[in-house]
Amino acid sequence: MKTELMSANYAASRAVVSARVEVVAAYPITPATTVPEQIALLNEQGIYKGQFIRVESEHSAMFACIGASSTGARAFTATSSNGLLLMDEGLHWAAAARLPIVLNNVNRSVSPSWNIHVTHDDSYSKRDTGWIQFYVASVDELYHTIIQSFKLAEDERVLMPVMVNSDGFVLSHTVSPYDHLEPEEVDKFLPPYTPPHWVMDPENPVSHGNIVFPEHYSEFRNMMHEGTKNALPVYTEIEKEYKKLFGKYFGGPIDCYKCDDADVVFTSQGSMGAEAKDAIDELREEGYKAGNARMRMIRPFPVDKIRELGSKVKAFASFDRGVSYGFGGPVANDIRSTMYHMKHRPMIKSYIGGLGGRDMAIPDIKAVILDTFKAVESGELGPEETWNDLKD
Amino acid sequence: MHWTCFHLVNEVNTEPTGKKDMPKTSYSKPSIGSTGKTGSWRTFDPMVNYDECNKCRTCWLHCPEAVISIGEDDFPVWDFDYCKGCGICAEVCPKKCIEMVRTSDAVGGSLPVGGSEG
Ligand code: SF4
Ligand code: SF4
Repeated sequence: MKTELMSANYAASRAVVSARVEVVAAYPITPATTVPEQIALLNEQGIYKGQFIRVESEHSAMFACIGASSTGARAFTATSSNGLLLMDEGLHWAAAARLPIVLNNVNRSVSPSWNIHVTHDDSYSKRDTGWIQFYVASVDELYHTIIQSFKLAEDERVLMPVMVNSDGFVLSHTVSPYDHLEPEEVDKFLPPYTPPHWVMDPENPVSHGNIVFPEHYSEFRNMMHEGTKNALPVYTEIEKEYKKLFGKYFGGPIDCYKCDDADVVFTSQGSMGAEAKDAIDELREEGYKAGNARMRMIRPFPVDKIRELGSKVKAFASFDRGVSYGFGGPVANDIRSTMYHMKHRPMIKSYIGGLGGRDMAIPDIKAVILDTFKAVESGELGPEETWNDLKD
Repeated sequence: MHWTCFHLVNEVNTEPTGKKDMPKTSYSKPSIGSTGKTGSWRTFDPMVNYDECNKCRTCWLHCPEAVISIGEDDFPVWDFDYCKGCGICAEVCPKKCIEMVRTSDAVGGSLPVGGSEG
């Protein structure tokens, strides 16, 4: 293991080499562009030894990955925003075909209005495709989560594709240290992929994607649901092994910080969750019992962990950097439904903000958490959701 | 006059009973009926009156599903595992000896039962 200094996009392309990916098919889109750009360069230099397919659209990128993965190759792609939306049909296909593709989505606002900065609307809108979704908060976490994701996706109990989300520009173009692993080191953790079910092989032809009648369709969908849910226990095993081998651990599906005795726990996805630790430290110094729960995985939703946290806190201050139009913060609402059947139901405040890359600095996060403390004191939930820092 | 159907069992195809004998995603080996017994779509069964049939094979030629074959005695035989009940065979038969009968009323019912009977 060697420490390197790189942007998240550059590190993602190195994770592709370290994980011995065999096929990358990608189409450039800001801010993801430098991921395939670097892979193309590494390919030319003979460092990335797999195939690099230059396709004409993101739709083709996903379907090239589907073809590759169907033959048993380890496949990867990267995209952002409208590019992810163009992949949509393929995202559903990859999940239902149970293909362990890994995708780095560099979160970017969806157009119009044209904006290349971070909003999580792109990946939120893909929440129900069957893809497992991670959100990371650092360059190092992105690099290692991509490697872990192949192991998770390829596990026979899971066999579902994984989307690793990283905030556009905040991470994608910000240089920061990460601990690099050589492919020979990763070999100890990640064996070559051998499809445990169907495979596209000219020697032994099968037809895939054929008609399934009402008699069996729901059984296939139920198996997808179970595969995705299995990702929670399987990821726990994977993280344990990864920590033992490389000393790296990022906190499980929810990275908790000072939550044990907290009255209010702040939840968020992506890089803001790292920022929030500093906000918590300052609030603790000011006498507030606040904690930080950084949501690393939102599909499958870490139901048990949220219930465990929810049984102890007075309130969640749940921040979404995206919107379900007409129903507020997607993760806040998931937390609300997770807690509905519990005896103790803490107040769940929903905040929406940081859209289009609007900065969410430590004072902004503190203000959100203090607003929740105020609601706890008054006993009034207040608005269904609060748009942070909205100009009238 | 006797009405009859032939029920042929496709030995390659398997009908899973539930998740335990299903793969994780739908795929099949090249075989007859690799996507299951599509005959379940049928609402009308073609029933032939063999007393009238002149073995002309017009039905065999026109069936878009290729589920009519010619038996040893040169009479046409039907594979109801895959017949869609479209009625083309009845329409083209020059002897008008194929009648489309609502599946629930047809001799032998709509479900393939195996074996063959005349
Ligand atoms: S009803 Fe249609 S599918 Fe069935 S045997 Fe006649 S022509 Fe073929
Ligand atoms: S078209 Fe009619 S007469 Fe000719 S073989 Fe078929 S059933 Fe017999």
